[in-house]
Amino acid sequence: MTRLIYDGTFEGLLTAVFEIYERKLNYINLQKIGVASTAMFEDVINVITDNSRASRVLNGLKKKLSANGVQRVYIAHMSEIENEENNIVGFIRHAFDADRNIEEDYGNRFVLRISEIMVMMRREKHRMEAFIRFQKLKDETYYAVIEPDFNVLPLLIRHFRSRYADQKWMIYDIKRNYGLYYDLHDTEFISMEFSEAKSATDVEASYTEDEEVYQHLWKNYFKSVNIASRKNTKLHVRHIPKRYWKHLTEKI
Amino acid sequence: MNVDRITEKLNILADAAKYDVSCASSGSKRKNENKGLGNASNGICHSYTEDGRCVSLLKILLTNHCIFDCAYCVSRKSNDIKRAAFTVQEVVDLTINFYRRNYIEGLFLSSGIFKDADYTMERLVQVAKKLRTENNFNGYIHLKTIPGASDELMREAGLYADRLSVNLEMPTEAGLKLLAPDKNRQDMIDPMAFLKKEIIQRTEEKKLFKKAPMFAPAGQSTQVIIGATPENDSEILQTANHFYKNFNLKRVYYSGYVPVLADKRLPGLNTAVPMVRENRLYQADWLMRFYGFKVSEIVNTQQPLLDLDIDPKLGWAIRNMHAFPIDINIADIQMILRVPGIGLLSAKKIISARKFGRLNWEQLKAIGVALNRAKYFITCKSNSFEKRDLTGTKIKQFILAESQSKYLKNQQTQLSIF
Repeated sequence: MTRLIYDGTFEGLLTAVFEIYERKLNYINLQKIGVASTAMFEDVINVITDNSRASRVLNGLKKKLSANGVQRVYIAHMSEIENEENNIVGFIRHAFDADRNIEEDYGNRFVLRISEIMVMMRREKHRMEAFIRFQKLKDETYYAVIEPDFNVLPLLIRHFRSRYADQKWMIYDIKRNYGLYYDLHDTEFISMEFSEAKSATDVEASYTEDEEVYQHLWKNYFKSVNIASRKNTKLHVRHIPKRYWKHLTEKI
Repeated sequence: MNVDRITEKLNILADAAKYDVSCASSGSKRKNENKGLGNASNGICHSYTEDGRCVSLLKILLTNHCIFDCAYCVSRKSNDIKRAAFTVQEVVDLTINFYRRNYIEGLFLSSGIFKDADYTMERLVQVAKKLRTENNFNGYIHLKTIPGASDELMREAGLYADRLSVNLEMPTEAGLKLLAPDKNRQDMIDPMAFLKKEIIQRTEEKKLFKKAPMFAPAGQSTQVIIGATPENDSEILQTANHFYKNFNLKRVYYSGYVPVLADKRLPGLNTAVPMVRENRLYQADWLMRFYGFKVSEIVNTQQPLLDLDIDPKLGWAIRNMHAFPIDINIADIQMILRVPGIGLLSAKKIISARKFGRLNWEQLKAIGVALNRAKYFITCKSNSFEKRDLTGTKIKQFILAESQSKYLKNQQTQLSIF
């Protein structure tokens, strides 16, 4: 077993794949730097990210997979789910070693795992599209805070741009400390200093006049549409897991 | 804005609208135009009520004043309740402000009938028109069409709304006569036929001229109330099938009757909402629309009722044991879709994956097949499979014994009170 340690970037992961083939390694364990190892006797390689090697691997992948297949690999890595590196590398190796496109080989555990990660990412993205609650601030910006399970913010750009084209908005991931800001023309990634990051009371202080009115009306609406004689808490919580409640106006 | 007054209106008119179960916001193709507000192409449930239903649209009545006296309806004329009415502008403001905060996908607007059908319909159309033309709103709009409204108004409604619906209310004409003597089934069928014709014609035009306006791009739907009248499941599903086939409906919704009124024609106030039956009807509906089942395979004169203990697909399978077992590595997709425990996604994955090699039990499980049900009906790359010659009834017993039905559990906790 050889342990490869990389810097956590996508290029780093592709460089690691290059090393695996160059050194003809078979049993490997790829880990992000900083992850503790429990094994005592093993070879350790520190992968040094190399953009030209990474792009050779990427070009090779493009020949073996459809554009969508390559994107799956990228999104699986972007998800930042811990310890999925070996599954991603397993998928890449399976793609390189096969003589045809393996994207739909669901009998293979790596292909199936990548498709599961896609489902998890898509679900989380969809949840954000549903559960984001904007609050209107005095400067006419609609502001929302999120804490998604996975790193889905980059996947939200297209949806929110094409929906809220005529209002300024900001979506901030406080778990990963970066956000998206749309200024009526472009969207850009931003990050705020910790002291600047708006706490709940600061946000309330900068509401527009009607913000509290509409929050109040929405909460009332939410109560009124419930049919008490059909109460089904299990189903309710399955649809909106409790960890999302703290940012949902109607559940606060 | 008088917040208290608006709040009161919203409470009354949302409460009165909630028995309309449609919440779909998908199926439209409306895009954001000219940097306006919104689009309607996604289908997103923004929240869920405590009864587990999706909240996708601002679903309200324009007013709950009504000249009709339908026995099953909270807003009926003779019911002594608070009445309220929104102005057109109030509905527009609520919709826009909820939408901008990402609370909703759009508006579902219905109404009690005041004065007459056309007068009411005209107000509904005004709201949609104002949203589209003055507010540049591209979100989803579902308008209820009022039975008996003129073709002209229906046509205008179709130009602004994504979906239109006319509720049949009762599964059969006899049921309607009994509970809604003021209503006439033909008044519901006529607009459906008109909309069907119009939608087809406009779609043709749209193919020829890209610029031709959209007309109800998310189609039309309807709703029937279940359990208020004595129709059996066979009659209900036959009706649904008839409207799917002849009126190109996108959806038929089944609304389990919630006893809200005392009336000797209706089930008593303490009657439970038929939630399991409603669920089985939706499952049957899905089998008809996505799984290639004919309605007569699900219910027929020998089997007029859906089995409440098991889903209708399992029900069909155990009545048709001669069709099984099938080899998962050879069978065509139509047959795989008929295996209990295999859904649409799993079936597609199986078809893709088996091109790379024959599949075994572990792989099927990993793909997402519910083997506890499927194992009685399939074989795969393995020597172990169900070799006993089991009857359908036996299989049903086995499956029920090892699965903890969510509905069964509910019943037990209810019984333990005594």
